[in-house]
Amino acid sequence: MTVKSTKVETLPIRSGDDVVRVRQRVRALAIEIGLGLVDQTKFVTAASELARNALDYGGGGEVRAEIVQAGMRKGLRLTFEDQGPGIADIEQAMTDHYTSGGGLGLGLGGAKRLSNEFHIESTPGAGTRVTIARWK
Amino acid sequence: MSMDGAEVLKRTLIEDEAAILDAWYASLREGTSLQSGRIREAELQTQAKAVYGQLRDALANGGVEADGEQYTSLREALADISRSRAIQGFTPTDTANFVFSLKAPVFAAIGKAHGTDAATLAAGTWAASKILDRLGLHTMEVFLESREEVIGRQGQEIAELSTPVVRLWDGILALPLIGTLDSARTGVVMENLLQAIVDEEAEIAIIDITGVPTVDTLVAQHLLKTVAAARLMGADCFVSGIRPQIAQTMVHLGVELNVVSKATLADAFALALRQTGRKVVRQQVSAEGRR
Ligand SMILES: Nc1ncnc2c1ncn2[C@@H]1O[C@H](COP(=O)(O)OP(=O)(O)OP(=O)(O)O)[C@@H](O)[C@H]1O
Ligand SMILES: [Mg+2]
Repeated sequence: MTVKSTKVETLPIRSGDDVVRVRQRVRALAIEIGLGLVDQTKFVTAASELARNALDYGGGGEVRAEIVQAGMRKGLRLTFEDQGPGIADIEQAMTDHYTSGGGLGLGLGGAKRLSNEFHIESTPGAGTRVTIARWK
Repeated sequence: MSMDGAEVLKRTLIEDEAAILDAWYASLREGTSLQSGRIREAELQTQAKAVYGQLRDALANGGVEADGEQYTSLREALADISRSRAIQGFTPTDTANFVFSLKAPVFAAIGKAHGTDAATLAAGTWAASKILDRLGLHTMEVFLESREEVIGRQGQEIAELSTPVVRLWDGILALPLIGTLDSARTGVVMENLLQAIVDEEAEIAIIDITGVPTVDTLVAQHLLKTVAAARLMGADCFVSGIRPQIAQTMVHLGVELNVVSKATLADAFALALRQTGRKVVRQQVSAEGRR
């Protein structure tokens, strides 16, 4: 089925305040496509994890938010991108409790479990892009 | 022969610039903006002069429609001025008067130039009114929008700051967390709690997260650290107010707090009382007492 995006916007991730704003914006868009409270909270939390990773490990970046439509279904797709050092071993990074920065090491795995779609690509030395989506 | 109003106004602004500006400055000087000490006279005059120049340019081909394209840069300049007024705490009156106080000098100048020609005088005055009124309203609109933004931001900051430690009972403390936790303030919150535990010789601290909109791994880590530190100080920690959607999210994240948790602060308080050997009972009302 073809997926078309109806609304696109980009938000910067340069500071902790930006992470708060990303959460607020994702919450508003999740409400707009009619996600229930539980799904909103899950997706906002996933967004928070990826925004903070982009800030903490990627040296900052941005997120593109799209409202997407496939047939009758609406969804929200977020693409987090940074031009940081990238991730050499994605499998290791995705492993629960693995952290290189004194975190809980649950952000990436958690974001995947909290989303319907999860895709990560990273080039060492060039940056990281993580895409997640949640469908109504 | 009578002229088109915009043309009259434009010529007047060009020919009488010095006198109009002087009168406008004088009127601004008397306004409360300067007396409030929020802005210096030189700055006010620089703004006035810039706005004057842009008005003159806009009039050159823009006619009297101040909403039109020719007036874009003037409107933007006024918007900038309004926004800074809002942030600096000017009153709405001061802000509106910046534009409105230009009316009297302009009317006077048009009168002086065309006093004998009623039709031209009327056309020029009407054009000046129309344009300056519209610009004045625009100034107010931006001012009000900006005030709302300022207030919204203050609200957010207050939410982040308001995390007091509350003493519920001898030895029982509550820490109701409200708002965003992932800021530098989390450290302050934790310190406050630990200090209160020491001061009150608390046995139990209840951390209530009803007011926390999102619990992600960073918030969870702060909670875990706080609980661990409280334990080191000899106090037990309960967490209350984990709403269903937050509980489900935490499960998917894979976060485990490993603390006693209760749905509400009241439940946690009841448990804390029990655990410290206290009991809350409903008073028995005797038959005569009820009468
Ligand atoms: N955008 C990124 N750029 C570079 N490295 C990253 C990026 N995102 C994640 N990583 C690496 O992957 C590891 C795991 O990330 P994950 O979000 O799962 O855990 P964490 O951020 O360490 O802790 P937390 O549980 O607080 O999120 C990080 O420690 C980091 O080494
Ligand atoms: Mg992380």
